[in-house]
Parts: sequence; structure tokens; C-alpha cells
Amino acid sequence: MLLCQTLRLFCITTAVQRKNVGASGPEKYTEAFIKKQIEEFNLGKRHLANMMGEDPETFTQEDIDRAIAYLFPSGLFNKKARPLMKPPSEVFPEQRKIQWGEDGRPFHFLFYTGKQSYYSLMHETYEKFLNVQKHQDQLIAEDLPLQKEKRNLAGSRWLTKIELEEMLLEKVSDDDYTRFIQLLQKLVALPCADIEEKYIQKFSKEVPVQLQKVVIEPLQYDERGVAFSTGEGKRKTARATAVIYDNGTGKITVNGIDILHYFPVLQDREQLLFPFQFLGRIGKHDMVCTVSGGGRSAQAGAIRLASAKALRSFVTEKEVEFMRQAGLLTVDPRVKERKKPGQEGPRRKFTWKKR
Amino acid sequence: MAVTTSPSEAAAPPEESRKMLRSLKGLVCRSLRLDRGCALHTAARDGLSSVSSQDVPAERPRAVFHTSESDPAKHTEQHEARLYNIPLEEVKAVFPHGLPHRFQQQIQTFNEARVMVRKPALELLAYLRGSNFAHPAVRYVIYGERGTGKTMTLCHVLHYCSRQGWLVLHIPDAHLWVKNCKELLQSSYKKDRLDQPLQASAWLKNFKTSNERFLQEIKTQKKYMWGKQESTEEGRPLGEVVEQGLARVRSATDAVGVVLREIKQQSHRGSFRLLVAVDGVNALWGRTTLRKEDKSPVSPEELTLVHNLRKMLRNDWSGGAIVTTLSQTGSLFKPSSAYTPQELLGKEGFDALDPFVPISVPNYSPREFESCYGYYLERKWLQHEKAHTEDGKAELRFLSGSNPRQLDRLAGPL
Repeated sequence: MLLCQTLRLFCITTAVQRKNVGASGPEKYTEAFIKKQIEEFNLGKRHLANMMGEDPETFTQEDIDRAIAYLFPSGLFNKKARPLMKPPSEVFPEQRKIQWGEDGRPFHFLFYTGKQSYYSLMHETYEKFLNVQKHQDQLIAEDLPLQKEKRNLAGSRWLTKIELEEMLLEKVSDDDYTRFIQLLQKLVALPCADIEEKYIQKFSKEVPVQLQKVVIEPLQYDERGVAFSTGEGKRKTARATAVIYDNGTGKITVNGIDILHYFPVLQDREQLLFPFQFLGRIGKHDMVCTVSGGGRSAQAGAIRLASAKALRSFVTEKEVEFMRQAGLLTVDPRVKERKKPGQEGPRRKFTWKKR
Repeated sequence: MAVTTSPSEAAAPPEESRKMLRSLKGLVCRSLRLDRGCALHTAARDGLSSVSSQDVPAERPRAVFHTSESDPAKHTEQHEARLYNIPLEEVKAVFPHGLPHRFQQQIQTFNEARVMVRKPALELLAYLRGSNFAHPAVRYVIYGERGTGKTMTLCHVLHYCSRQGWLVLHIPDAHLWVKNCKELLQSSYKKDRLDQPLQASAWLKNFKTSNERFLQEIKTQKKYMWGKQESTEEGRPLGEVVEQGLARVRSATDAVGVVLREIKQQSHRGSFRLLVAVDGVNALWGRTTLRKEDKSPVSPEELTLVHNLRKMLRNDWSGGAIVTTLSQTGSLFKPSSAYTPQELLGKEGFDALDPFVPISVPNYSPREFESCYGYYLERKWLQHEKAHTEDGKAELRFLSGSNPRQLDRLAGPL
């Protein structure tokens, strides 16, 4: 009995992709329904912990995910299509409860505007704005210095329209959103806005840390005392590793073969030449690389990326920045496009015959 | 060394699309690093000024790469990595056939024939000078990777020998005899052999040009019958045999055979030295692409020319030397990575040529590369303004891998 119930819970997948905010569609969940789902989820969690032989008290969401992946292995590519077991709050989108009581009278005073949450939010924000102005006037009246601590706007951003919609549980139009953001900016621009710091923080988000901070490895030294560094690169299906030695003569070996023999085509050798030529170090380094996979051009591109990455250790930070801007350090994302059914290739359609 | 006013500038079309892209990138980098401004224009102006100022110190750089010693007999290690001039009349006389095609084009463009003196050639010359001609002929095999200068080494040695007054038997490319033959006649001399009249007559013509005086001196020792009516008596100069071969194309192959036989028999007498120079000797022991009329493949022994040449290459005669080159470029049914004597000659050829002195020809050494690059610069063959810089030189060295052929092909469009 319990097992069927748990099974029923396991089969639920997120059919709703986008958060259906304020949709008065067919899927209206009552509170009782949500409560029952929560109970079933907790029960199922304990059963699952029992099944896996773990302690039901300390069974976290990650353990649940791992257990489900173990019990129901799936080869589907789309991660969202695989079986999952998540707390009902994540599975069922948040919806607005009924806004009016039994007598039909709405709870909120702005209900008949249509966008009650939005207008109430604007109302609140303007209230804070007036608050700050009053405080400012008070300080001026008392001749006290105004606090001038500038908020660091560079590391934060306002909520996006979608995030605002999620917060308010109702649709927000573009104009409304812009007006709200403008009001927030006006509020922040005031000198004494620090009073309402907590309120403002509800609507701002930290910008994620720059992903450009890649660690450059220091040079290593081999037995002879020659400095060397390694780098890896890839292009299409080719994978390459390069080891660059200092105090060299410009000799390059690929998979144990000289580049003249491995890359008879001039174009591939030019690709290998590019990082060295860019830094002006053509005859100064020796390179030993291994490469596999891909075709001739892909292997050349992979070695180029690997050698550029390895050269970072030999070179100043400014030059690394130049290399990055020249595109020497970026992985080329182009791969072979998939063939679609009903077409001969990724783009080519079958020959069109009139009859 | 006359300063020639050759149309070399017009002959080299400056096709620089790829190089320009790279040069633009390099320029962008430099403008970021050094200063702002129209870097492109300054680079162009600098290029022009460098070209015009090159005429002034033209004498000094010329002395470094060139040597005025045009007699190969006097070439020593001092002259290594330098280019020496062969007067054009000598070129026509000594090398009617045999120079690589690209080198011939270069001679036409620059209006002079400059050959670089390199170590393998010097080695060979030293051996030749010190060899005892009473002993059987020593065989030298020049081998090396593709495009490293084996044929040019052979030509250098040829020049030396012809200057010294040797009789030079030069087969420019043995591969020509085993492939793309239009006519195959059945030999009248031996039933199971095949003649190649066209190749034989072409070779006889060139042989005549290069060894005029010997043809009058050497006399036949036997009577030869060409068909039913014509014959050459004993004691006639060899020139007559050659004439016969040229006149009657059908018997050209037999004429070649006769010439080879006579020369071999008379070389030990000492009246002349004989040099047998074969380029692409691995053709003689490989397979052919020729087929008989019944579509069965022809093996090299069935070709008269090849058969006679093989007899020549045996070291059962004295009074000369045999210098041969291996060549992968024209070879049939051999992988392109093969370059050692073992691989290219096969077991049969190796056994036939064994014992021999192998001489390996490597890519350009740094000095040789400098001198070749300097020569191209001086002849204004490299028109691109970036090619004049040190960076351009390093780029050329990297991209060509110091391989002479690659460098030549790279420098062409620049």
C-alpha cells in the first residue's frame, strides 16, 4: 500500500517548465492537496532511506537524488526528463491562494486594480522614499552632516522582470517593471538611503564573481634545470597536450614526429606558429605535444590552444590579456551539428521534387 | 659577379593575403604594446625605405653568402653554406637534362645559376679526390628526406667531374624509364625484353650534348648490326653509334646499350675517368606501372634500358665512380615517409648495390638557412615588407622547417 503511494510520488515529473505565475489554468492546487503532497514526500523520503540502508533522520536532498539515480537509471539526455523526487514546493509552482473570503469580499484593498501586488509594492517603496526624505530634512534642520557612504552598485544588479514576477506571483508588464526600477534607483540616489538598506537589498542581487580569474600555473623545472610548462587544448573532437621547454631552438615534435612530417599542409603549421609569433618568441621554445582524435585541422587548432595555455606561464599578465583578446585562449565552441530527421544533413533538405 | 638587371621584381607577384592577415594581427599587437597611430602606414614606409637603402650596403652582405670560386675542385669547408655561380654556357653544356625543374625556373628568373656548397657535396668531393681508380668503382648513395637537396648535391658533383674532364654518364631520373612510357617495342636483340625508343632517344640526345669530345675519342671494339642492313664497324668513333640511335629511333635502345657497354669496357684503360650518375636509382629495382599488351605487368628486368643500366651499376669495372641518389618523389608504390636506402631500394636493390657508401643529406643548418634567405633577399625575390624583418625570417624558418624545398615554395608567393 505504502509502496504504491511512494511509487506514485516517484513518477511525478516537472511537466510545467516555466513557472506558471498567476495562471488560472486547469491546474489549481488546493492547500489541502499541497499539504498531502508534503506528507507523502516526507514519508517517501523515510522509505527511501530505509531502502538504501541509511538513517532516515539525516537523509538530505542530495542523498535522495543519488538514490533515485541508482534505482532508476535513465539514459535520457534531457536532465529534466529523468525521474526525480523533489519537495513539493519545488515541483508545484507557487500559486496564489484565493484572494477573497467566503462572503466574496477581497482581502487586499487594491484587489480591484487588477495588479494588487504590484501597486502595493510601489506604494510601499514610495513610502520608504518619503521616509528617507523626511529623515534627510530632519538632518538638514539639525545641521548634522549627511551620511555619504556610496553603495557599491558595481557588484550588484536589480532583480530581473521574471524574478520580480516570481516574487509578486502575478504578471508584471515591461513599463511597470521599468517604473519600479526607476523608483528604486531614485531611492538609492538619495544620500540617506542607508536607513532603508534592508528593504533595498530585497530587490538587488550580487553579480557573480568574474570567471576571468583563471589561475596561471607557475613554471616547473625538470632534471636538467630547464623551465617547462604544460597546457591542454581541444577543438572539435581533438584533444591535445603540449609541453613547452625554455631555452629552445624552435623545434616542435608532435606524437614523436617532426611537424614538417605530421602537418604537411602549410595552413596547419601556420596555426601552430600563431601563438609564438604573437608573443614574438618563435625560435625560443621547444615543444613536445601529443594529440589524438579529430582531423588534421582540428588537431592543429587543439595544439594551438594547448601551446597558448602553456605559454601563459612564461609571459607577463598584460600579454596574457592580449592573448585572450586575440582569441588564443578561448576554446572554439563549434562542433559538428546534428543531423535532423527529415533532412539529409544538419541544414540540407532532401531534393524537392515537384511531383 | 656582374650585377644583373633581371626582371625579378616583375616575376614575383606579391600575393600576400594570408601573410597580410597575420601581419595585421601582429601590427595590432604591436600598436597595443608600443603606441597608437597609423601603424600600417609607418610599416609600409619603413619597408620602402629599407628596400631603397638595401642597395647601398649591397656589397657587404653579398660577400657573406656568395663565393666567387666557381670551380668545384677548389671548394673546401671554408666555402660551406655559400653559393657559387655556374656560368650559363656551362649550365647548358654540362646539364642539358638533370637539374630539378624548379631550379631551372629559378635560373631563368634570376638569370644566373647559383648552387649552394653544402657538407654532403664536400664530403663526396673529398672521397672522389682521394679514391684510387685502379680499384673497382665505389658506389655512393645519396639519401635523405624529401626536398633536402639530393639532386642538387648530385649536380654539384657532376659539375666538378665535368670540370675535371671526366666522362659523365648522367641519367636524370630513372623513374622516367619505368613509368608513363607510351611506346614499348619488343626488343630485336633479346626476345623477352622490351624497348623504349622515346626515352632512349631523348637520353641519347642529351648525352651527346654533354660529352661531345669523348664521342670522337672513344672507338668501338666490335662490329654491331642494326637490323639487316646497317652496321657499325669496329674502330669507328662512338659518335656514330649515337647518330645511328638518333636517326633510327627503333634501335635507339640498343644504341644506348652499346654505348654503355663500350664505355664500361674501356674505362679501366685509364684514358678517361667515368662517372655514372643516376638520380632516383630506386626505380631500377622497384615495380613499374607499365603493362604489356596482354595487360600483364612489366617487371624492371624486362626493360632493356633498365637491364643495361643495372649492369653498369655493378662494381665490376674500375677507373671511375658511381654516384646515385634515392628519390621518393617519383617513386612508385612506396610510402611517402620512406627515405632510407633499406626502404626505398627494397631487398633486391640493396643487395645489388651493396656495398656502398651512404651519404645523408639533411635539412638546412642555421648557417645555410641564413645564406639562402640572404640570397633571396638580395635578389629581391622576397617582396613582402615583413619578410625583410627578423621576425619574418624566424617565421620562414619555422614554417619551412629549414627544408630547402619548403622554403623555396614558401618564398615563391612572397
